[in-house]
Amino acid sequence: MLDVRHLNVRHGPAQLLFDVSFSANAGEVLVLVGRNGAGKSTTLKALIGLLPDVSGELRFDGRSIAGLTPHEIARRGLGYVPEERRVFTGLTVAENLEVGRIPSRAQVSDAPHWSVARVCELFPRLGEMLDRPGGQMSGGEQQMLTIARTLLGNPKAILLDEPSEGLAPIVVERIAESVRALKREGLCVVLSEQNLTFARAIADRAVVIERGIVRFAGDFAVLEADAVWRDRYLAA
Amino acid sequence: MLSAFLIQTLNGLASASSLFLVAAGLSLIFGVTRIVNFAHGSFYMLGVYVAYSVATHVGGALGFWGGVLAAGLAVAVVALVAEVLILRRIYDAPELLQLIATFALVLVIKDAALAIWGAEDLLGPRAPGFRGAVEIFGRAVPSYDLLLIVLGGLVLLALTALLRRTRFGLLLRAATEDREMTDALGVNQRLLFTAVFALGGFLAGLGGALQLPREPASLGMDLAIIADVFVVVVVGGLGSLPGAYLAAVLISLVKAWCIGAGEVTLLGVEFEFSKLTLVAEFIVMAVVLVWRPHGLFGAPPAHARQHVVSMPLVRVPSGAGLALCAVLAMVTLALPWFAGDYALVLGVDMLLFALFAASLGLVIGPGGMGSFGHAAYFGLGAYGAALAARAGAGLALACTSGVALAALAALVFGWFSVRLAGTYMAMLTLAFAQITWSVVFQWDAVTGGSNGITGVWPPAWLADRAAFYGFTCAVVLAALAFTAWLTYTPLGYRARAVRDSVVKARAIGIAPRAVQWAVFIIAGALAGVAGALYAFSKGSIAPDVLAIPRSVDALVILLLGGVNTLAGPVLGAVVFTWLQDTLARTTEYWRAALGATILLLVLGFPRGLMGSAALLLARLKQARPARTREARP
Repeated sequence: MLDVRHLNVRHGPAQLLFDVSFSANAGEVLVLVGRNGAGKSTTLKALIGLLPDVSGELRFDGRSIAGLTPHEIARRGLGYVPEERRVFTGLTVAENLEVGRIPSRAQVSDAPHWSVARVCELFPRLGEMLDRPGGQMSGGEQQMLTIARTLLGNPKAILLDEPSEGLAPIVVERIAESVRALKREGLCVVLSEQNLTFARAIADRAVVIERGIVRFAGDFAVLEADAVWRDRYLAA
Repeated sequence: MLSAFLIQTLNGLASASSLFLVAAGLSLIFGVTRIVNFAHGSFYMLGVYVAYSVATHVGGALGFWGGVLAAGLAVAVVALVAEVLILRRIYDAPELLQLIATFALVLVIKDAALAIWGAEDLLGPRAPGFRGAVEIFGRAVPSYDLLLIVLGGLVLLALTALLRRTRFGLLLRAATEDREMTDALGVNQRLLFTAVFALGGFLAGLGGALQLPREPASLGMDLAIIADVFVVVVVGGLGSLPGAYLAAVLISLVKAWCIGAGEVTLLGVEFEFSKLTLVAEFIVMAVVLVWRPHGLFGAPPAHARQHVVSMPLVRVPSGAGLALCAVLAMVTLALPWFAGDYALVLGVDMLLFALFAASLGLVIGPGGMGSFGHAAYFGLGAYGAALAARAGAGLALACTSGVALAALAALVFGWFSVRLAGTYMAMLTLAFAQITWSVVFQWDAVTGGSNGITGVWPPAWLADRAAFYGFTCAVVLAALAFTAWLTYTPLGYRARAVRDSVVKARAIGIAPRAVQWAVFIIAGALAGVAGALYAFSKGSIAPDVLAIPRSVDALVILLLGGVNTLAGPVLGAVVFTWLQDTLARTTEYWRAALGATILLLVLGFPRGLMGSAALLLARLKQARPARTREARP
């Protein structure tokens, strides 16, 4: 589904990613693990086309997405849920969801089809506050809204940047449940995460990034079973 | 008395409608694209002209009302073409460049209008069906004014419905909040930007066309309205339609009341209120901004997701660089020995513009602020010096007066301006400059009005052209050295700290506003030095020394030369003065030629000439394994 090869990202004089390569399949949850500033968010931003200085081979759903603009990539069916959530604070919940709808993807036959009613099944809390402005929601509610908003674009794969950041454990558990539900739908989920409990609850495979370099790529269980790896990268 | 007040109120409300239409367009465009469209006033002006042509050629009700619609549509097309051809390419460019590009459009559109419609003012027909007057409280009120009041309200409702009820409006609101996120959610930004430009153009054209029965079409309308629109948008709060409407009404009412009040004697002092309209506008703006820094309905930017533009550091010149500077200074000083009179006159212009631009560079570079109205300080320096000279002051005293006046203005205007950030601040500075211009233009008794002040000559020992040139050289070089030195004083460090991160600067005990204010005042004073000498170099001055184009001149010079370089303003001033002089001597349409040249430069070198050269140099250096040298102050 998603195939990344030799991804290099520069920002001015600094290089942020060096030859990052990994792939993720449909119905699979891949976790990017690494410390703050290791390059997890940068990887996700590069995939959705938000960074200007990117080179490498990026393939999604069998086609290259290198050099495309974010909206072109989104219309191919790659969804992006940013760090810090970025809810449109002046728009209501319903309006936020409408912005995420991509009319052209409603006709794509093999894409999962999401409606406002369906995302409200996934996150019942949202259904209770459709008319509330995004700026008057709790962090957890905002996180649910951003995921739901991206789902309305009917993506085949979804990039989640630190979805558990700053949320109460009970809410994190909620998000984890929904990620598992998405996986059952056949979605490919790539997420960056520092919260070990959360990662353990959902991850099939892991990619460890350290200072812009991939140190490990493989099954999450393998990573966790290895004492040295575990202490180095998964220590809370 | 009461009925007269009511009539003035209705008149003010009618004026507010056109102003609101133009401001709404500007606000929408800025909200989504983050571009302050200087050319929006030109769109308005085009609307008036197109409506005039259709109304006079077709005639009758069809001609007039068809002309109003045609003006809106035609201007929408112009705006669309401008977006696709030019603005689309510079969305990621620095603000300064975007501003200059839209100003270049102003120049091109102005000359195009000159070529098509000529320089004469064109008086349009009255609106068919609304030629008469309605009697209200025993006074005749033009029925067209009442129509305008209704139309303004209707447009506000229609736009609100568009934003609230349609998907297009929803996407506009989303993009206004966070356009990167909107993009990542699959919304085509290009299409959205083009559409919002066309919509903004339509509104401006419509606003212009509706103004035709009240005001003749003239070539000065573009900049006259843009300053008012900036005030409206800043007062109302950028991006807020109700805010724009309320502010347009407020400003128009205050103006109308001032005109209506005429001469009033208060506490034994006679006030001519009709001449105080601009001062009143200024006071309204000042009060609102002190009370609500983001305007009546504006919110502080919730997600200040600014791209941090890595500013080059002003480097301490290396040995070779210093030697080069010294050689250049010697050549500059030696010019009288091998150049003719005309070259010396141009040379003085170049030097003074270099200093003027360098003072603006201080605001933009180390100060990290925006100013669209720097000519106010240049012009006040010139007027201060000229007035003092006319009163019998010598060169030194006259120049000191000029500089003091400029510094005082920077002190007052700066106090308000540094309260706002980025584009808001830049628009406010422009509004201040325009108000200053209007006061100078209208205050015949003191400033000589449009004729200006003549007979400002230097003393005998500087009467010789070469001597004056040498004197200017010495002053300008010293002032330039001072600006470079300032960057490395504690004030300079603090200013750069504030520029790079306000929060962090505040956390280590720096008061951001105080630092910015200080830099603003110093820059104003330096511009005043250039202005004062300019007055003496020309012998006479007119209000155009502090008009908007003069402010843009300084920005263009910085674009050509680059910010944060010692030589940049000098190089830029040399190229710019030469270019302007050459173009003015070769073609009647020199404005358009200058505008086109600027557009080519902006599109070809989106980092500025010096920036592009530096980038090329950096690429070359990167190509071979050179030792990297860190600039360590």
